[in-house]
Amino acid sequence: MPSKTERRSNRPALSLHVPEPEARPGDEVDFSRIEIPAAGSVPRPDVSAPAADTHPLCFTLVRVLDEDGKATGPWDPRLDADTLRRMLKDMLTVRAFDERMFRAQRQGKTSFYMKSLGEEAVAVAAAHALDGEDMCFPTYRQQGLLVARGYPMVEMMNQIYSNRGDRLKGRQLPIMYSDKKKGFFSISGNLGTQYPQAVGWAMGSAIKGDSRIAAAWIGDGSTAEGDFHSAVTFAGVYRAPVILNVVNNQWAISSFSGIAGGELTTFAARAVGYGIAGLRVDGNDALAVYAATRWAADRARSNLGPTLIEMFTYRVEGHSTSDDPNAYRPQGAGRQWPLGDPIERLKRHLVGLGEWDDARHEALTAKVDAEVRAAQKEAEKQGTLVASTIDFPQDVRTMFEDVYEEMPWHLKEQQAQMVAELEAKKK
Amino acid sequence: MNMIQAINSAHHVMMERDDSTVALGEDVGFFGGVFRATEGLQKTYGRSRVFDTPISEGGIMGVAIGMATYGLRPIAEIQFADYIYPGFDQIVSEAARIRYRTAGEWCVPLTIRSPYGGGIFGGQTHSQSPEALFAHIAGITTVIPSNPHDAKGLLISAIESNDPVVFFEPKRIYNGPFDGFFDRPVTPWAKHEASEVPEGHYTVPIGKAAVVREGEQLTILAYGTMVHVALAAAEAAGIDAEVIDLRTIVPVDIEAIEQSVKKTGRCVVVHEATRTAGFGAELAALVQERCFYHLEAPVQRATGWDTPYPHSLEWAYFPGPIRLGTAFKQALED
Ligand SMILES: Cc1ncc(C[n+]2csc(CCOP(=O)(O)OP(=O)(O)O)c2C)c(N)n1
Repeated sequence: MPSKTERRSNRPALSLHVPEPEARPGDEVDFSRIEIPAAGSVPRPDVSAPAADTHPLCFTLVRVLDEDGKATGPWDPRLDADTLRRMLKDMLTVRAFDERMFRAQRQGKTSFYMKSLGEEAVAVAAAHALDGEDMCFPTYRQQGLLVARGYPMVEMMNQIYSNRGDRLKGRQLPIMYSDKKKGFFSISGNLGTQYPQAVGWAMGSAIKGDSRIAAAWIGDGSTAEGDFHSAVTFAGVYRAPVILNVVNNQWAISSFSGIAGGELTTFAARAVGYGIAGLRVDGNDALAVYAATRWAADRARSNLGPTLIEMFTYRVEGHSTSDDPNAYRPQGAGRQWPLGDPIERLKRHLVGLGEWDDARHEALTAKVDAEVRAAQKEAEKQGTLVASTIDFPQDVRTMFEDVYEEMPWHLKEQQAQMVAELEAKKK
Repeated sequence: MNMIQAINSAHHVMMERDDSTVALGEDVGFFGGVFRATEGLQKTYGRSRVFDTPISEGGIMGVAIGMATYGLRPIAEIQFADYIYPGFDQIVSEAARIRYRTAGEWCVPLTIRSPYGGGIFGGQTHSQSPEALFAHIAGITTVIPSNPHDAKGLLISAIESNDPVVFFEPKRIYNGPFDGFFDRPVTPWAKHEASEVPEGHYTVPIGKAAVVREGEQLTILAYGTMVHVALAAAEAAGIDAEVIDLRTIVPVDIEAIEQSVKKTGRCVVVHEATRTAGFGAELAALVQERCFYHLEAPVQRATGWDTPYPHSLEWAYFPGPIRLGTAFKQALED
């Protein structure tokens, strides 16, 4: 339709480019654009190398495990079999946990849940590469950090159920965990806000001459938030001891990564403009995630500043319990992701080493499943989130606690009013 | 000592006492801030405790929150309150709620200092009074001093507080009080009683108002620069007004307000900020809820207009003695 807007007839009409993914529902899944360098083919600069030396690595993929599950190349972290088995167990646990809690949501036991299917290596392998005392500023898809740090699953479930055992007093949306002792910073529903906070925490550690570092995670979609850019600016300016992870699972609810700027360049390449070290890593390769995290952590710990790491992966299932991915991308796209499944890949690696087999894998899967079920049973003893009842899981008076260190007069008054309201309702 | 010096002194006292105290913001380090509130601090305490930041209010707030959760006591300067908006989300969604959402596991002992208000020909981007936006946010304490003595004592309280405090500094009276008249230079703080600022550590408690003038006829509720305007306007109008300097707007000192209004039976609330949904509306509602049967007349408001802050017309915008006088008259005549 000819535009009513006036323009000079001798000039071509401008048109707006709106990025579109290769395939939509009904189309064949198309991952042909994805360039996958051979495992082991990417060089590994020294930890003390200038940031610029890493910049070519922002446009490729650090990979360790090849198609046969063999570890190869300079990034191979050469982990012992026990560590590999522990990572495998943690990833299996996350998967089983996700499955149970997803179902619990479907059963009406909680309001909401978010899985990390296909992305388990991102959090689990990072947790193994970090020091237990390092502070993590995660998003809602890094439950693997808590699992790998041995956080009790019952505590996680209590939070999901907002039940009597919920240490956050029923204030947070399910999966918005927080545990200071486990170095897991409280998750915010506002995307991206944790990124500059992680940098600030790391700056604090540097100011105090501490030896702990911070790590942050953000989704590909959320890198478009201003907070992302202020965080990387501050991290670069003050050489903060922080690892800034971008989890590029390629979807932000229904918007593909092109909508966040991923069509023009990689997310790792954001590091180039800020002059900090950057790595682009196969996020479905637990060994590559481990190696890259370790590299960045060693760098940060040696006062050599921050690293931005793009964890290239794929969100296999929906965004959350409220989302149907088949409405915006081809059915089953996640299962065809060319970088495979992180658990399967690690398993094959262990089998190839002669340190694992199908029978043991099956037994471990069953064991993990039983542990999750037992935790669920235990958590449900303290209740689940059941709507429309005034028999609240928490003492209603707690609603007014922790707004300030000490409760000011107006909150005391409102608290008394609320209690009176509920008393009146009971009559 | 003027207010800037008092604020500077509060920094020194706290940075000396507690090496977890750090100061950051645009031009805060080497130069000591565009209003010189942090002058000399970097020299004394070093660059890792007092430093310049990128021009990124969201970044300043975000990293300051991170530092606070680490265990530091950051004092973050936002160069002008008009620029607090890029950092607003971090303050409102994060600083205000981290204690709550973690059930007390984490707290944010962050002080956000910012010069605010008009009267220096700052135009519409250097003159705003956004305090009501913060008063509306659960978890934020909002403090506004009106003289050097209080500025130092309140700032020390703010820095010592384990909650995030937004500390608005009335820049119009950094060097001396605005005495309500436009046609003469301000009288420097040294010539005023309130300018007696002790050396060393002392606090002025958050949440406590001050009765700065006792009176029987009318209660004026004010804070910041407007305390001085109220005093001058009451003088000019020749009325026996009681002037209350709120000093903190959240939590506000309800006892002081009630006590005074119940005594005088009349109330005028004043602020520089725009009128609609300003903090004056909250004050008027509180007075109405609590003192209705003692009131002899409706509560009146004398405020800035509901427009952006103009440059050349700022004295027509600023609530001066005439606007206050009109409000007094209405409160007294009914
Ligand atoms: C500031 C903000 N805007 C919007 C939302 C709503 N929202 C929640 S998750 C999401 C998509 C995030 O995508 P991405 O960052 O790629 O992370 P992923 O879910 O893929 O892990 C959006 C838009 C929000 N929570 N916060």
